[in-house]
Amino acid sequence: MLCQECSKRQASVHFTKIVNGEKMELKLCEVCAKERGDLDLGHGEHFSFHKLLAGLLDIDELQVIGEKVIEKVTCKNCGLTEQVFVNSGRLGCSTCYETFGFKLNPLLKRIQGGTAHVGKVPVRAGGKIRIKREMQNLRDKLNLCIAKENFEQAAIIRDEIRQLEKETERGGS
Amino acid sequence: MSLDNFIKKHASNWMKEGKGEYSDIVISSRIRLARNIDNIPFPQLADQNQQKQVEKMVSETIDNKDHYRFLLMSSLSYEDRLTLVEKHLISPTLINESKYSGVWLNNEETVSIMINEEDHIRIQVVLPSLNLEEGLQVADEIDNLIESKLEYGFDEQKGYLTACPTNLGTGLRASVMVHLPALVLTKQINRVLTAVSQLGLAVRGIYGEGSESLGNILQISNQVTLGQSETEIIDNLRRVSKQIIDHELNSRKYLMEENKVALLDKVYRAYGILSNAYTITSKEALELLSYVKLGVDLELLDGINPHFFKELIVITRPGFLQKLYGQQLSSEVRDIKRAEVIREVLQKK
Repeated sequence: MLCQECSKRQASVHFTKIVNGEKMELKLCEVCAKERGDLDLGHGEHFSFHKLLAGLLDIDELQVIGEKVIEKVTCKNCGLTEQVFVNSGRLGCSTCYETFGFKLNPLLKRIQGGTAHVGKVPVRAGGKIRIKREMQNLRDKLNLCIAKENFEQAAIIRDEIRQLEKETERGGS
Repeated sequence: MSLDNFIKKHASNWMKEGKGEYSDIVISSRIRLARNIDNIPFPQLADQNQQKQVEKMVSETIDNKDHYRFLLMSSLSYEDRLTLVEKHLISPTLINESKYSGVWLNNEETVSIMINEEDHIRIQVVLPSLNLEEGLQVADEIDNLIESKLEYGFDEQKGYLTACPTNLGTGLRASVMVHLPALVLTKQINRVLTAVSQLGLAVRGIYGEGSESLGNILQISNQVTLGQSETEIIDNLRRVSKQIIDHELNSRKYLMEENKVALLDKVYRAYGILSNAYTITSKEALELLSYVKLGVDLELLDGINPHFFKELIVITRPGFLQKLYGQQLSSEVRDIKRAEVIREVLQKK
């Protein structure tokens, strides 16, 4: 049969795409198939893999949560735009994980077994994580003391929190 | 240079060492950790200055520089870079990366610290036979050393932050390269592969992602990097690999007991072609070498150097052949030279 795109050349590539359970079939000639860029013919497996990954991302033009329209996001640190991110499926820097977290989390559920890291923690960050957890603990205690009107104890805890804050500012671990 | 000297000089440890667990079936075990420096854009998005900065920052963390040498990709010829890929010392991706992409290689050629690949840092350890535990231990020590001097991109929930979400978490890709000719001959291989993929593992060809499975050699690696610890990942891979090895051994036994004539025919035809051919393609060579190796493992063929297979699957690749002959060779000439090298190795008694 003839190519469904150009209606001139013989169709040699049969292409099936399934988006949200809807099946779309296309029969194209090699030239049109290459031009569409939806599929990679033979070369650059890596590239098509990222395309595939990107295809798992939600690429709505506008994201609506409740009544609020979320504007397109750009990473403050590296300048990666949402458009580039959804096209490539790759992040630009470590900050991108915060910036695009809302898009990424559903993807992680699909491609990874879990969404929470349980492996190695670097010593430096590990120190920070410990301090962060301790601070949260102290804040909880502080609130409890204030609620009980135990201001003397609250003042001690407040000082401990300040001390820890100073340590984190110094980059301590 | 004689072929013997060439092999001595250019073979990596995993190609030369034949001892270790399941060393006749498991060619090598590999551990790879992906790491990035906090706040600096990942290589794909970083500008030249930032890439240069990353190269400098990582290079400064390498302590015992006597044990390492640094190779900057842009200062190497294409053939030399190809040779590094063929020896599995760098990833095919690194070849095409930026001006400041490079690798720190240890003298034994078991450790590669790649800089400005898809991620800023990729620590890779390759060891002969089934030995994921030692690989992880070595990689872990290097990781700790680098991390003591650099701030990594890390998140409590998401773990090590990587350019591609498929590496997020541990950043660990562990893999074993296995030679499974009997599973192919007994047509069991597809059933095994389907089962493997259902266990969260991936099966790839000899040169990683997107490469063909040649010479009955496959790489089995973990797929998931988030939600499992490093030890869980390698333990899972090890257990599955062991079962595949057992299947391969059973299939070999079956062939020896129930189908010996067909097996002898396959092995000796392969040996006959390889020791007499005057031109051979890389694909055909790998396929036939696989059956000669099977013959050696089953003691149907003797007098062949036990390391011949691991050496030849690397030396007969295009980059290596050109290095051996010290010049660029057209693919027709390569086919002739490849046949020559194989004849020489197989004739040695």
